[in-house]
Amino acid sequence: MPVYIYLVIFAIAVAYSFNPVSTVAVAASSITFGLPLAMAAMVGIMCERTGVVNIGIEGTLLTSSFFGFFVAALSQNLIWGLLAAIASGAVTGLLLALLTVSWKMDQIIAGTIVNILATGLTSFFYKQGYSLPAIFPRWSIPGLSEIPFLGRVFFQSGPITYFGLILIFVLYFAIYRTPWGLRTRAVGEYPSSAETSGISVLKLKYTNVIIAGAFGGLTGAYLTLELVGSFDRGFSAGKGFTALAIMIFGRWNPIGALLAAIFFGFAQALANQLMIDGLVNIPGPFINMLPYVLTIVVLAFSAGKVRGPAAAGQPYEREQA
Amino acid sequence: MATLLQVKNLTKSFGSVIANNDISFEVDAGEIVALLGENGAGKSTLVKSVFGLLRPDQGEIYIDGKQMAPGDTAGVIASGVGMVHQHFKLVPVMSVTENIILGDEPKNGIFINIKKAEQTVRALSEKFGLEVDPTAIIEDLPVGTQQRVEILKALSKDVRLLIFDEPTAVLTPQETDELILVIKNLASLGVGVIVITHKLREVMALADRVVVLREGKVVGTTTPKESNESGLAQMMVGRSVVLEVDKGVARPGKAVLSVKGLEVFDDRKLLAVKGVDLEVRSGEILGIAGVEGNGQRELVEAICGMRMREKGEVLVSGLPTKDMHPHAVHEAGVSHIPEDREKHGLVSSYSIADNLILNQFDQEPFARGWFRNMGATRENANLLVKKFDIRTTSAAALASSLSGGNKQKVVIARELSQDLQVLVAAQPTRGVDVGSIEFIHKQLIAARDKGAGVLLVSAELDEIISLSDRIAVMSGGKIVAIVDSKDADRNHIGRLMAGLKE
Repeated sequence: MPVYIYLVIFAIAVAYSFNPVSTVAVAASSITFGLPLAMAAMVGIMCERTGVVNIGIEGTLLTSSFFGFFVAALSQNLIWGLLAAIASGAVTGLLLALLTVSWKMDQIIAGTIVNILATGLTSFFYKQGYSLPAIFPRWSIPGLSEIPFLGRVFFQSGPITYFGLILIFVLYFAIYRTPWGLRTRAVGEYPSSAETSGISVLKLKYTNVIIAGAFGGLTGAYLTLELVGSFDRGFSAGKGFTALAIMIFGRWNPIGALLAAIFFGFAQALANQLMIDGLVNIPGPFINMLPYVLTIVVLAFSAGKVRGPAAAGQPYEREQA
Repeated sequence: MATLLQVKNLTKSFGSVIANNDISFEVDAGEIVALLGENGAGKSTLVKSVFGLLRPDQGEIYIDGKQMAPGDTAGVIASGVGMVHQHFKLVPVMSVTENIILGDEPKNGIFINIKKAEQTVRALSEKFGLEVDPTAIIEDLPVGTQQRVEILKALSKDVRLLIFDEPTAVLTPQETDELILVIKNLASLGVGVIVITHKLREVMALADRVVVLREGKVVGTTTPKESNESGLAQMMVGRSVVLEVDKGVARPGKAVLSVKGLEVFDDRKLLAVKGVDLEVRSGEILGIAGVEGNGQRELVEAICGMRMREKGEVLVSGLPTKDMHPHAVHEAGVSHIPEDREKHGLVSSYSIADNLILNQFDQEPFARGWFRNMGATRENANLLVKKFDIRTTSAAALASSLSGGNKQKVVIARELSQDLQVLVAAQPTRGVDVGSIEFIHKQLIAARDKGAGVLLVSAELDEIISLSDRIAVMSGGKIVAIVDSKDADRNHIGRLMAGLKE
């Protein structure tokens, strides 16, 4: 792995020496485009690590963007919007947990229900003509933001970006180093081993799926309140599904998924920049296709080769009769 | 000695079936009690009730004289009861240490203190003489070692009563002997032990006291000194049982099944069968002895056309058979009693009658043109249900309504009621009661005497030795030896199974 990192640093350095402006722009956009995908992938990771396949991430993103936008627009307060987004995301998590953990419904169907419900409700209640008071401003971190290249790429971002990045690292350490993570992984791999060790499988599944939903809500807030500043029908545009591909590409590891997401973001940022610089002439729709094409390619090449949590997708029944 | 566990008048039923009927027994500190009984006698239900995984309908459980609340697993664990499960409760992708500390992790701030945990595991494994590498990943360990981890996991919680559920089912004879020493050592340290088993030999070697269960009731309590194997078997089954299989001399003819240089991958794409040559002659039973997971499953599946053959060929009566084409292999005259009858042997949502013609539904007389002949299907079913003593109310009942033994009889009835040259029987008596085992053994010998070549794969070494005419020992994906069953010696075969050189 380190070899790749050196190669990437070398490539950036070369690009920077030829065209510093474009290089910085591409790198910064990679983070901007990649971050929501990375955060959405965390939703998938937290759920699958506990044995719940979540294809309802898309619905969570859509629901939370919707509530984030309209609560912020109606109250003319971004913080209320942020809180509403997180809470509504958690509610979609609760719904998924109810369907899959308590009622033991097929997890793919349960996720589809979340998605359809989100699409239907947000379309039905959508009204034109509302706007946000502002979007979350960029915070330049004193000192750090002055560093050439890195300063612009990492330390001149909005608050949710910082918070999201920190949470991804927190999640990484939590999964691999804490009792919670050990128990979560045990439940995702072999729930009856956890049960016989005195761990409540149902409780842990509920907790994790709801927290994951809240994380998805934060992602929705990022999209509408920090990145775009508006909301439209079908606003999430498949990011929740792309996030699943990123989760697999990153092997259910938060850091892996973050790198994978930045790679996706980079592909899009690069294509954009090439077009802006007039170096290539690709019609816009093709550029916009890029994340979806990459998703297909990544899944085609990694499917079957990587191994996810063994018990993901299976409802857990106690041996009770 | 002090009474550790006391079970009083325990009753537990599932619907109309009474699994445990008014059971009472005791275990003292330092005592090894064997719970002996057939499959379905209620042993597992009983210990699950003791462990709090099930709620008994009636009865009381006392640990150290203190009454336990029904269904309170955490309370039972806190009172010092541990269980070594038959299907290990270990997470395959995690390390030994992680598995042992799961649920009770030593902490350093909010993080797990893995160094300290590893030291604890090391200390524990030295104290009880159970050698294991704390950093090893479970799925890389042999089954015997995994069981050691399972035992250590139980011991890490400071147990005074340890329950073993069918502990030797997956072990080689040598590993079994080691386990017996381990259990005796634990008892000498004052731990009370309950061993659930249906293997008479182990009961005789291990137990201080034997509690025999039949149909949910305690039918007797005895000690190995006061009883013997056939006496225990009689108590267990309720009638006298022939432990020895009665069979005539084999009259082997020409080779009907030849396997040449066969190489097969397992599900993880690792080579599981590493160049096997075999010949089964008509009128003989060739038994394959081996610890499970040494390539037997892959070998059987490759022979029957269910798994890709990487190299080599399989000939039936001299003719090569098609790879990955189970129907064609069946047409060539190979009948197959699969290891996993639920998955490969039956469609449990179909009727017994349909299951009895699963591989010939499209042939005369069960089909007429494009349509099925329900009359012929019914007649065939009624005939076979009678002939093979399948215990059911009707042949139209769903296969899922049958007990394990009767399901197996359906599979055997279907496979043996056709013209066959080769019978491949994988674990034919697994999960089957003693009465059905006797019947199934007779059917296998009858197939042999009618001139079929029988390839028998079983994890039960006793079954292999008593049924086979020749025994091939499989270890690490290879046939390491073929011996005549007349010269078979348990210990010798056990060493070969474990991969030891002579």
